[in-house]
Amino acid sequence: MREITIPISDDVIRELKVGDPVALNGVMITGRDAVHKWMIETFIKKTRAPQGDDLAVYEALKPVLAGGVIYHCGPVVSGLETKEYKFVAAGPTTSIREEPYQADVMKHFNVKGVIGKGGMGPKTLKGCQETPGVYFHAIGGAATFIAQSVTRVLGVHKLDFGVPEAIWVIEVKDLPVVVTMDSHGQSLHQVIEEQSGKVLQDLLTK
Amino acid sequence: MRDLTHEILELIRRTSSDLPKDVEERLKAAVEKETPGSAARGALETILKNVELSRKNSSPICQDTGTPIFYVKYPAGWSTLQLKKQIRAALADATKRSYMRPNSVDAVSDKNTGNNLGGDDFPYIHFEEIEGDELTIELMLKGGGCENVGAQYSMPDNRLGAGRDLAGVRKAVLDAVHKAQGQGCAPGILGVAIGGDHGSGYIKSKEVLYDKIGARNPDPKLAALEEQLTREANEMGIGPMGFGGKTTVIDTKIIGLSRVPASYFVTVSYMCWAYRRRKMTVRGEEVIYD
Ligand code: SF4
Repeated sequence: MREITIPISDDVIRELKVGDPVALNGVMITGRDAVHKWMIETFIKKTRAPQGDDLAVYEALKPVLAGGVIYHCGPVVSGLETKEYKFVAAGPTTSIREEPYQADVMKHFNVKGVIGKGGMGPKTLKGCQETPGVYFHAIGGAATFIAQSVTRVLGVHKLDFGVPEAIWVIEVKDLPVVVTMDSHGQSLHQVIEEQSGKVLQDLLTK
Repeated sequence: MRDLTHEILELIRRTSSDLPKDVEERLKAAVEKETPGSAARGALETILKNVELSRKNSSPICQDTGTPIFYVKYPAGWSTLQLKKQIRAALADATKRSYMRPNSVDAVSDKNTGNNLGGDDFPYIHFEEIEGDELTIELMLKGGGCENVGAQYSMPDNRLGAGRDLAGVRKAVLDAVHKAQGQGCAPGILGVAIGGDHGSGYIKSKEVLYDKIGARNPDPKLAALEEQLTREANEMGIGPMGFGGKTTVIDTKIIGLSRVPASYFVTVSYMCWAYRRRKMTVRGEEVIYD
C-alpha cells in the first residue's frame, strides 16, 4: 500500500493508476450534496450572491483544497454540545450525486483527490485528466474503521447544513482507499460496468 | 402499561452497532472466495474489521444509519399510542448517544431535525395486533445508498424481453442488480416482491428482509428462483464495492403477492452488506434480544 501525504503534487497524481491501494495522510474536508451545490452556485457559476459567512468560509477553504482532497462523507460526530468533536462513524457516501458539480469544483480549487464510493461518470473522469486528479474509492459502510483513521477534527463550517452535510475539516492517518479513476482516463467502474453488462446480456437471452 | 423506552434504546444500539451473525458469517465465507491481494478481498477484509470494531465500541457499523423501520407485533392490552411515544423517545436518545446519525431531513425546507424524529413517517412504524402474549419489536436500518437503487418493473418489460411470469421476474431482478452496481455497497441482499401495487410491492419487498439469511420460500418454484438469482447475479462479476469479484449478492428472498388482473409488478429492494436488523421480545417481565 502506497502512503500519500496531502497536499498532493501533480507528479504523484500522474503516477497513480487504477487499482492502486493507497493510505492517505494529512488534512482534508468532507463535502457532499449541499456543499457542492453551494460551491457551484456561490463561487463558480455565481448564480447566487454570497451571504452570511460564505466569503469567509471560501477563503478558509481555498488553502486546504489547493492540492487537497474532498471526502464525500456525512459522518456521525460526537461532542456536538461541547464542541469537542470526534468522528464516530465516517464511511463514504455515493459519489455519483456530485457528478454535475465535481469536475468544476476540482478545477476551481485545484483539488487533487475525491474520495467516495461507487465511482463517478465521464465528466469527472475528464476533470481528473484536466486538473489532474484522481478518484479514491473508500470502503462503503466501513464507518467505524474509517473513523479511527480520523485523528483530529480541526473545525467545521456550515454546520447549519446539518451534521452530515456540513464541511468538516479533518486530519487523517492512513485512511485506506483504492484508486478507481486515474488521471490517464482510466476508470475501473467503466470496465466493470461493461464486463458485467455483457454477462447480463447473455443471461437475458437464456 | 410498561415503559419500554430503555429496552428499545438497547434494541437500537444493537441494531446499529452489532451486525447479525448470519450476515457476518456469509461475509467471512465471501472473503475466502476472492483472490488474495485483490481490491475485492481488501474491501471484505476491511468490512469485517469494521464489523468487529463497531461491535466493540457500540458505534454505528455504517454512518448512514438509514431509515429506521420498526415492526411491532403486540397482543391485546398494549397501547400503540404509548409504544409509538416510547419508540420516538428512544430514537431521539439513541441519536444523542451517537448510536444513530441525525438522519431525518424535511424534504420541503431541507432542514435536518437533528434527532431523527420527522413527521409521522419517520421513523416508520408498523403495528399489528397478534394472538398470544408476547410483544415483539423488530428494527431494520435501511441505508439511503441501497434504498436509492431499489427498482420496480411494470411487466411486461419490452426492453428486457421480460413477460408476466417467473422467467420475466428473473430478468427484471438481474437488470436491477446490474444497475445497482457501485451504489448499494455490495455484496447485497435482494428482497423481491412479485405482484401487489406500487406501494405494497415496496413494503413487502422490505418485509422479507427481516427473515434469516438462507431461509427459503416454502414454494419450491420460488425457492429455486431465489437460489438461481443469487448464483446468476454473482456471475456478473460486479463484486464487493463494485471492484470486480465473486460475491455481488449474498442471498435473495422472494415473496408472491396478490395483484389486480391489469398489473404485474416486480419490486426489488436492495439491502447493502450493512444488513442491520434485530428483534426484541417481551415475554412477561423478561426482555429477550435475538
Ligand atoms: S448502502 Fe449501506 S453500507 Fe453503504 S453507505 Fe449506505 S447504509 Fe452504509
